[in-house]
Amino acid sequence: MLELASNLGQAPKAEDLSKSPLSIRGLTVSYGQKPAVFSVDMTVEAGKMTAIIGPNGAGKSTMLKAALGIVPPVSGQVQVFGRSLDEQRARIAYVPQRASVDWDFPTRVIDVVLMGLYRELGLMGRVRAKHRATAMDCLARVGMGDFADRQIGQLSGGQQQRVFLARSLAQGADLYLLDEPFAGVDAATEKAIISVLKSLREAGKTVVVVHHDLATVNDYFDNVFLINTRKVAEGPVAEAFTAETLQNAYGGRLATAQVDQLAKALA
Amino acid sequence: MNGEEFVPLSLTPLLIGVFAAVACALPGNFLLLRKQALIGDAISHVVLPGIVVAFLLTGAITALPMMLGAAGAAIVAVVMIEAIRRLGKIEPGAAMGVVFTTMFAGGVLLLEQTDTSTVHLDVEHALYGNLESLIWLDATGWSSLWDIEALAGLPAELPRMLFALIGVALFIAVFWRALKISTFDEGFARTQGIRVEALGMALVITAAVAAVAAFDAVGSIIVIAMFICPPAAARMMTNTLEGQLGWSVLFAVTSAVMGYVLAGYGPLWLGAYDAVSAAGMIATVSGVILALAAKFGPCRSRTGAPAGA
Repeated sequence: MLELASNLGQAPKAEDLSKSPLSIRGLTVSYGQKPAVFSVDMTVEAGKMTAIIGPNGAGKSTMLKAALGIVPPVSGQVQVFGRSLDEQRARIAYVPQRASVDWDFPTRVIDVVLMGLYRELGLMGRVRAKHRATAMDCLARVGMGDFADRQIGQLSGGQQQRVFLARSLAQGADLYLLDEPFAGVDAATEKAIISVLKSLREAGKTVVVVHHDLATVNDYFDNVFLINTRKVAEGPVAEAFTAETLQNAYGGRLATAQVDQLAKALA
Repeated sequence: MNGEEFVPLSLTPLLIGVFAAVACALPGNFLLLRKQALIGDAISHVVLPGIVVAFLLTGAITALPMMLGAAGAAIVAVVMIEAIRRLGKIEPGAAMGVVFTTMFAGGVLLLEQTDTSTVHLDVEHALYGNLESLIWLDATGWSSLWDIEALAGLPAELPRMLFALIGVALFIAVFWRALKISTFDEGFARTQGIRVEALGMALVITAAVAAVAAFDAVGSIIVIAMFICPPAAARMMTNTLEGQLGWSVLFAVTSAVMGYVLAGYGPLWLGAYDAVSAAGMIATVSGVILALAAKFGPCRSRTGAPAGA
């Protein structure tokens, strides 16, 4: 379904998609009869932090998963740094929703972070001291250096989220895609995560976050992508994150008072 | 007991029991963590129609067609379970429940309608197996282990079970890291380029190979018990996957050895004369180990429920 991607990258054209870390064209995903994501285009700007915003069930996570080949799309093309997804897997780090895995799994924090080195280690490569050092370094960056030998189920939700972030850091990617990293985490974790993401941006990496907290969009992100099954708006926060676009995305689901408050904050 | 008695009468059933237990327990660890533990149960039931069909076609109880029939039935069942699970979007347990009860029932009906009274094929045999009869009459003592002629008389189940065990162990050793990642976090595994469906299917087929080989040698009771009890008990002993596999092998071996010895001598010690079914006793011992681990294991509390989720 993604076969057109590599051809697109080579064809010269006005809009140069090869510069975009992630460009999606005409993506449609359906779980049953009704599409969860319908004919969505998205062009992620390099070196920026982008929030994917929309009401519950708007297809935010689904769009991300389809772009990564985790769920099969009905149609659409995805390009990563101008090439097909399969060619660029080493440059992408993905952080799934915390609740999507069983934290009772018998493994320690350090083992989870080492999973981020799978592409480097390969099927049967030995884990050496330098790999462990990399993993420990990533844990230290999210403030979890003291928890390396803990069973993952013994961590709080926020700590688990930070371990997931550490695993993505271990991947050493250029494009970071995070699915609801701030959902149900404590304030300290939220701070730690956003500071790590900002440091990634400073290092020239691109960060895309499925986000639900409208109040923090202004503080955290450069760009927004509003979705409600279809794309509603896309662009810099100042232009695309307005009372009007929010009303379009959320419809009646966002209380008028909330919209007014946000509009005030945006003004 | 000296070597002259032990080697011909007890060594081969013991080894076959141990190999079967370990071959089932190894993939059982992953099936348990993937919440597919019942697939061992399912496979051991669905092979029955395959074996009966193979018997009907060949008219004799010979190993190869029976194994092929069993393997064919197992593969049909696995594909059906996966298809029902994915197309019907229902949980795997329900899909397995539908498939294996239906196929087992079909096997029982087939068995009743055919004349198998002259051969050693009945529902009882399918359940309990025939571990005690897998003796090595050509052996005269420990020295027979170096005697080519005597080795030729080994029950065919022994090398077959050993090969199945080696195959299972190799599969898990080679795909260890990919299995671990895709069992823990399927979505992440996909983004790493791991072919999750193919790997999951390969795991189930590996489990099916172990189950069919063990079914042939020791019956379905052991298969069902060994897929679940040693891994479940092992999970409560450790918090690492490596540790869990190690404990599960230890528990599987312990169950096989203790179960065999208790079945042969336990009743004698209690003053009775008859031995009891070794397969039944092995499964019982594994259940007792699981109960003890559940009561006293150091890692038995479920810590994994995410806070606030």
